[in-house]
Amino acid sequence: MDAVTASLEVSGLAFAYPDGHQALFGVDFSVARGERVALLGPNGAGKTTLVLHLNGILTGGTGTVKVAGLPVGRQHMAEIRRRVGIVFQDPDDQLFMPTVREDVAFGPAAAGLKGAELEERVDRALQQVGMAEFKDRPPHHLSFGQRRRVAVATVLAMEPEILVLDEPSSNLDPASRRELADILRSLDVTVLMVTHDLPYALELCPRSLILSEGVIAADGKTGEVLADDELMRAHRLELPFGFDPRSVTMGA
Amino acid sequence: MSHISRILPVRAEELRSQFPAHRSCKEFATSHYHRTVHVPDGFIDAPTSAVTGVVAAAAVAVSLRGARRELDERTAPLAGLVAAFIFAVQMLNFPVAAGTSGHLLGGALAAILVGPYTGVLCVSVVLLMQGILFADGGLTALGVNITNMAIVTTVVAYAVFRGLVKVLPRSRRSVTVASFVAALLSVPAAALAFTLMYAVGGTTDVSIGKVAGAMVGVHILIGIGEATITALTVGAVVAVRPDLVYGARDLRQRLQLRVGGELVDAPAAEPAVPVAARSSRKVWAVGLVTSLVLAGFVSFYASANPDGLEKVAADHGIDKKTEDHSTADSPLADYGVKDITDARLSGGLAGVIGVGVTVVAGSAVFWAVRRRRTDDVSPSSTSTTAGSSA
Amino acid sequence: MGAGHAHRLYRHGHSPVHGLPPHTKLAATFAFVVVVVSTPREAMWAFGLYAVLLALVAYAARVPAGFLLKRLLIEVPFVAFAVLMPFVAEGERVEVLGMSLSVSGLWGAWNVLAKGTLGVAASVLLASTTELRELLLGLQRLKLPPLLVQIASFMIRYGDVIADEMRRMRIARESRGFEAKGVRHWGVLAKSAGALFIRSYERGERVHLAMVSRGYAGSMPVIDEVTASRAQWSYALALPLSALVVCLLGWML
Repeated sequence: MDAVTASLEVSGLAFAYPDGHQALFGVDFSVARGERVALLGPNGAGKTTLVLHLNGILTGGTGTVKVAGLPVGRQHMAEIRRRVGIVFQDPDDQLFMPTVREDVAFGPAAAGLKGAELEERVDRALQQVGMAEFKDRPPHHLSFGQRRRVAVATVLAMEPEILVLDEPSSNLDPASRRELADILRSLDVTVLMVTHDLPYALELCPRSLILSEGVIAADGKTGEVLADDELMRAHRLELPFGFDPRSVTMGA
Repeated sequence: MSHISRILPVRAEELRSQFPAHRSCKEFATSHYHRTVHVPDGFIDAPTSAVTGVVAAAAVAVSLRGARRELDERTAPLAGLVAAFIFAVQMLNFPVAAGTSGHLLGGALAAILVGPYTGVLCVSVVLLMQGILFADGGLTALGVNITNMAIVTTVVAYAVFRGLVKVLPRSRRSVTVASFVAALLSVPAAALAFTLMYAVGGTTDVSIGKVAGAMVGVHILIGIGEATITALTVGAVVAVRPDLVYGARDLRQRLQLRVGGELVDAPAAEPAVPVAARSSRKVWAVGLVTSLVLAGFVSFYASANPDGLEKVAADHGIDKKTEDHSTADSPLADYGVKDITDARLSGGLAGVIGVGVTVVAGSAVFWAVRRRRTDDVSPSSTSTTAGSSA
Repeated sequence: MGAGHAHRLYRHGHSPVHGLPPHTKLAATFAFVVVVVSTPREAMWAFGLYAVLLALVAYAARVPAGFLLKRLLIEVPFVAFAVLMPFVAEGERVEVLGMSLSVSGLWGAWNVLAKGTLGVAASVLLASTTELRELLLGLQRLKLPPLLVQIASFMIRYGDVIADEMRRMRIARESRGFEAKGVRHWGVLAKSAGALFIRSYERGERVHLAMVSRGYAGSMPVIDEVTASRAQWSYALALPLSALVVCLLGWML
């Protein structure tokens, strides 16, 4: 990128699991600060594997990952994990404390925040996702969509550089989907969204990457990528019934 | 459910919402009864409750350290989720005949699936929370309940399981068989432990022989149920994810090589200390036989010489008969201390002592062998889902 | 979420008892039950006084009598054992309604019933006036090892989730025409239990990943701490201390 440090820089990333299965064969891409990028690709392309490299959960391959200039590695792990906020697919895995407030506070508290400062962070994060009234509720009292939003808040509370979302719209009803889209649009943070929901990608992300067979197969404007029938077919991507990306005028 | 609402002053809907899984009153009664077999307050006197409390606390402390050694920073989430699993699976109905159903206690299953330390922790946490959150089991009886149901079952089951796995051929079937026997013995062991506690600190005057008989008898039946469920469940897990079963750590899949177009078994990896492995097998076999002989011998001796026990009791002055409550000069006197020189009592007590010695001896052998082993590979390092994190 | 048998006892409220710090309530309840268990069974009047004390607490906590009694009914199956005791105990016997009952057995039955019931009542009052996370914080404040409290916290958080998965498995089985009616069906049930274990363990691994992603490095970050003033301690300890007075009187009289 240019003078401003990229939010995320991945170069030459290759990785194989202990059982021998190689998932990534040299991934290269960059995401600029403030960008919203969709990561598309068929099942088994290596999207989740790639995501787990971004905050150092998976290591041992080759290549580098840099978050706002800081390389992902043993040395700065705590800071990397603060900068990269991953929201996994199942909110129940991420809301593991007895109340919403404690879940959102977990991240900043682990980083050393206490007292009034901690409360402030928690309140701000909950405001951002519109869940402030649910502060003292236990997670199982919330609907799925609400839990998803709180999961986003748990990560926002750490004031990350980049927000990585794994299938954010999956299992959400249309109203919750829209609520989440509004929240994501209102955030002032870099977003990398792994998704199968192509209309959602088109709505929120101006730029899309296609990860296929462990490499980046395409990188361009979402509208153009989705309109390229041959490209889509080659990587097992299909548009929903009746959806014509060329006819979409608003959104990204 | 409607006829229940005529007996209890609650609305049928409330009951239905609380117990959705029930389809008949009988099912409700039997399954619910089983859920509350935890010992309540007042059953065991204060001093004994205190002592068992200390024993339980010590065992839990040891297990905390052991679990952390094995699971490191993953201890809290893994043990917590396994505890949640135990808590949930205890509610699973295993129907026996029309209306009645059995339930899993889970101590043996926990020990075999996640090891003794984590197993003790999980079941202890379940019992602790049941006592505090659901008023299930007396608060002063926590020591008794945890010692019986979390510690004795888990330790006995694991000791028996390890012992059997060492002497049986290395296969998945052996793991299942060993699970069955381990669980089968764990339940009466807990019953006997309870009988021992009752003998020392029971607040009622029922003859120890009767209690032992009733307890052990019923619990052998329960043990068969527990053993069947445990063996089947362990078998089910081993079939899909053997790497998750602590007890099956030694079963590793034989790798194959493709040599000249044909599949050939890879040479088995050299065991770390081959001599020790062979001799430890011998130790286990000897240990088991010794325990059994010891049990038989001590029981025989004890029952053949009840007068011997009486004499011992008289020599040590523990045969004081206390009848007059109002002139008691010590608090202990009022708890109905049984006369240990009672013939029936000494006979029953002998049996208890016999098995008690067996359990202690067996466990001692197990601990001794365990210490000498080199560090085992824990299941966490064979996990293929994610590499190490920092 | 389905809760199966886990009928939580907590009743939301704003009474003075609800407002007490959890560790004071835990300590007070435990001390109270210890005092009750240490009371001689012959002092029957003492147990009556204990019941009155608990009734006062229930009144202060605005816990309705019906709620309390209903919970007692459900949690007292050891009544059966107590009823059996006069028939099987040893010692001198007495004639009651044409039946020969053991005197010590009758005393034993009374002992177990009185102390057991009072213990359950005290536990129910504690659980109904203290929120879940408060109970956990209170246990931690009372020096229970933090790792143990954390395990308990996860157990409670995911207990319902796993019970729910179990329920879904049952529905799936029944939708395929399977109904467990006897021992021969245990194999299928055990396979479900096995699958449930695997799912639970894997979820544990995923929870660990989520924790690590948010900066977890081995020990739980401190988010809340409970403190109690002297006044609050005095208020809470009023129960066990008055019980202690009764107990001592019971020994002396």
